[in-house]
Amino acid sequence: MSDTNSRMDLVAALRVLHKVRTDEVIITSMGNGREWQQFAQHPLDFVHVPSSMGQTQSWGLGLALAQPSRRIVACCGDGSLLMNLGSLVTIANAAPSNFTLLVFDNGVYEVTGGQPTPASTARRLVGQGVNFASIANECGFRHTERITNLDEWKNRVDTLLNLLGPVCAVLEVAPQTENYSVRSPGRPKERVKELAASLKSK
Amino acid sequence: MYTAEEFLTQLELINVSHVVSVPDSTLGEWYPALQASNDVSLIQVCREGEAWAVAAGLHLGGASPVVLIQCTGLFESGDALRNAIHDYGLPLFGIIGYRSYLNQSSIPGDTARIFTEPILSAWQLDTLLIDTPEKKHRLAEHYHSCRTDARPGIALIAEGRA
Repeated sequence: MSDTNSRMDLVAALRVLHKVRTDEVIITSMGNGREWQQFAQHPLDFVHVPSSMGQTQSWGLGLALAQPSRRIVACCGDGSLLMNLGSLVTIANAAPSNFTLLVFDNGVYEVTGGQPTPASTARRLVGQGVNFASIANECGFRHTERITNLDEWKNRVDTLLNLLGPVCAVLEVAPQTENYSVRSPGRPKERVKELAASLKSK
Repeated sequence: MYTAEEFLTQLELINVSHVVSVPDSTLGEWYPALQASNDVSLIQVCREGEAWAVAAGLHLGGASPVVLIQCTGLFESGDALRNAIHDYGLPLFGIIGYRSYLNQSSIPGDTARIFTEPILSAWQLDTLLIDTPEKKHRLAEHYHSCRTDARPGIALIAEGRA
């Protein structure tokens, strides 16, 4: 696993996803949700802020089961995943073929100021990092992989959005060190109604 | 309280599409009937917070889920419930097993009964306690009432043992 200095920039990684997305539902949260808002928004975007930390991928699972003909992409951080690691087993057991989980792994609780997680960067540097892709694989995801640099991500993103799921890709990204707090795009009750309407109409 | 067949009949009356659940010794006895049903899908989760989140996604996607967990799981899942029901206003419905309500001696000193109803009240959930056989048919009535008003609701099912 790469050290912090060689990791992908979070915004650059999200830009790659934004460029290739078409009619997928993309659910973002925490740090990736904050940065996703700087791109043009799509009716099938859902920034899960406010959230219950660790539950974004579970919202995504429910959507994937209810909308089996539509690709659902849930984006979470490694800190969030650690809060709901059992969700990997739940997702694998439900086995939605239309589901892709993207884990933006930066080793820290970014939105609270960059405190290291128990699966922290420091542990990675001495070869003790947690391999979330391997965990997802052992849980029974149909396809898992680690993405360590931007060129690799550009080459793989289309495939990862179209492979038979459940798919889990772990992207090694660097923590944001400025403007790292969480940011909401607006009133949650209105936004969730807009998403439900978009899901019905598109 | 309910046999598996009686419970499944209640779910079919209210057109539930998915039951998102963690079992206890009472709820788990209904699983074979749920798994055999052609009308209801059982989604097993690993911890109760997930149940509200999966139900939120199902509801958003146009399905009609219920959450089926024990009251102890309700305690664990408070923040996920708060987020889905109160932040986002999703009218989710939960069926909660009320641990040892009918047989308090099964777990001496258990505090689940002390906190269950106050916590449901704190979460501002319209709760129907089903503690006698005469009330069993009211689960479907309560669900329909909550759906009609697009408000969240709970059916609290008295259990006889842990």
